[in-house]
Amino acid sequence: MKSFTLPRITVWRVIATLLIVAGSIAAFLRFTQGLGATTNLTDEFPWGLWIGFDFLGIGLAAAGFTIVAAVHLFHAKDYEPIVRPALLTAFIGYLLVVLVLVIDLGRPDHFWHPLVMWNPHSVMFEITWCVILYTTVLSIEFAPIVLEKFNWHAPIKWIHTFSLPFMILGVLLSTLHQSSFGSLYLIVPNRLHALWYSPLLPVLFFISCIASGLSMVVLETLILSRNGRTLLPPTLRANLAKIIAVALAVYLVVRFQDLLSRGGLADLTTLSYHSIAFYAEIVIGFIVPFIMLMFTQVRTSRRGLFIATVMVLAGFAANRMNTAITGLESWPNHTYFPSVGEVLIMLGIAAVGFSAFSIIAGYLPIFEAEAENPAPNAPWIHHHFASPEEAE
Amino acid sequence: MTEKKALLIDVSLCVGCNACQAGCKVEHKLPEGEEKHLSLTAFTALSEHNGMFVRHMCQHCDVPTCVSVCPVGAFTKTPEGPVLYDANKCIGCRYCMQACPFHVPRYEWRSTKPGIQKCDFCAPRVSRGIQTACAESCPTGATKFGGRDELLLEAAGRIAAEPSKYVPKIYGKEDVGGTSMLYISHVPFEQLGFDTRLGKTPMPLLTMSALSKVPNVVSVGSVLLAGIWWITNRRAEVQDHEGPHGSDSTTQKRD
Repeated sequence: MKSFTLPRITVWRVIATLLIVAGSIAAFLRFTQGLGATTNLTDEFPWGLWIGFDFLGIGLAAAGFTIVAAVHLFHAKDYEPIVRPALLTAFIGYLLVVLVLVIDLGRPDHFWHPLVMWNPHSVMFEITWCVILYTTVLSIEFAPIVLEKFNWHAPIKWIHTFSLPFMILGVLLSTLHQSSFGSLYLIVPNRLHALWYSPLLPVLFFISCIASGLSMVVLETLILSRNGRTLLPPTLRANLAKIIAVALAVYLVVRFQDLLSRGGLADLTTLSYHSIAFYAEIVIGFIVPFIMLMFTQVRTSRRGLFIATVMVLAGFAANRMNTAITGLESWPNHTYFPSVGEVLIMLGIAAVGFSAFSIIAGYLPIFEAEAENPAPNAPWIHHHFASPEEAE
Repeated sequence: MTEKKALLIDVSLCVGCNACQAGCKVEHKLPEGEEKHLSLTAFTALSEHNGMFVRHMCQHCDVPTCVSVCPVGAFTKTPEGPVLYDANKCIGCRYCMQACPFHVPRYEWRSTKPGIQKCDFCAPRVSRGIQTACAESCPTGATKFGGRDELLLEAAGRIAAEPSKYVPKIYGKEDVGGTSMLYISHVPFEQLGFDTRLGKTPMPLLTMSALSKVPNVVSVGSVLLAGIWWITNRRAEVQDHEGPHGSDSTTQKRD
């Protein structure tokens, strides 16, 4: 046990603190002055940066359900060491998205209404319920980590007895609302640009969230495997990269096949505001990382994997922002650019997320729980240690 | 059964006097003054297109997009036609504004307890059998209130009587599944700022095609995932049982 010491002051901590303070002030102003005074949202552009950020947070949190499915449902037990970091990512991601949604709502005091006032015809209603239920499932999946910290093994055993249906429920809920974010836009064929509007939006959103969720996992293992700790052997990391490549390939085929069948490729023959945004998204975020990940040299190199997964995440972010913002703009008459307040609140919440991850990861047994304190009463916790990483 | 009501708006008869907006403002106790666009204080507005005037307001769709997208059901479609909004339910997600094919809902952005404002088809008057304030104010008969079926007949009659004058289309008869606002015109609707590419399918059906698959995803998905778990779990058990001497020498299972 370490004795209590004051946290060290580092550049990242200073930046995070500043962002959180600035974001809190901006959030305070948003609640006291209203949306009109603090955002650039208008009647013509009622959804902006925050909705895009929600899509992003949920997409990165896809790390949780993909890894839980792989390890606990498909029994790919070798990936066990990354279940907990992925669960923590997902848990924080969802809580932050709920926070952003409440800030974005015009009537945050009515946020509980979807629980009692139902409209099953609404995609928004389905998403609200899925997010609430999945956050509940995540807290059940996460609970053993907290309980283990305090050596309460009886409830862990108890949770384990009904964990399978909850894990299946978690994967289903994720599948549903990851795709439903795409379904939100099915109803605006007249507004969303043909390069992004498609009847297949829910399918495309789901495929891309698998690529982004796994990229997030790979990126995390790369970043967190420093300082002598190895989260995942390089071979397993390379396998994950292979799955990402497959997801990207499937995505590209479906996306272009769909564009072709609806005659959308005509929009790509000229360089316009929208076609440039499309090319940036598809080339940088999908095609190039796909080609990179086809090479064994890239999949087995830390640097190569780092670059490829960052590109996948950037492409994912571009896709969601293009769907939520660019595709609804009509350049140059009708555009939207977020206000300082919107940006500060978003950055502040992102800083809360990174800080929460590092604080919780330092406090709870996220990485090496099994090594220090094997839980004798919980045989389902697999004592599986990652082998030391070979020199690269 | 309640008769569906409608407004028939004949663009060729409108002289742009703005009496409809003035009458609407009196009825809804809104501040006076001519406004060119829909706003929190103008539930109907005239837009000018080469000397012709077109009224813009909530179309009170037969299958309203706003009613379908609202997560808390703050919008309701009444049997007579009006689409009504309940601010007490609204959570402020603004999906209705994003989804409305006619860009109608206006938001109280400046308020800290904001809601939507839009035309209510003078629902309190209509329920008592009185015509809307805008129709009552119109001096030329360009806006006429009545039963939807009889107004459709009248519109078709006017077009048939003067086929050289009118465009052979009643806008709102079938667009997005039909609306309570019916327009006829002597110039093509595209030139008057109408979106003529919305199609006849009600927008909510686009969403239903995806939402209707939710039960399938849940039932098939849960069985599939449980089945995969069963198979892979069995495989792991067999490996454990056979131990290091098992047939599969590549196994690395240690648990």
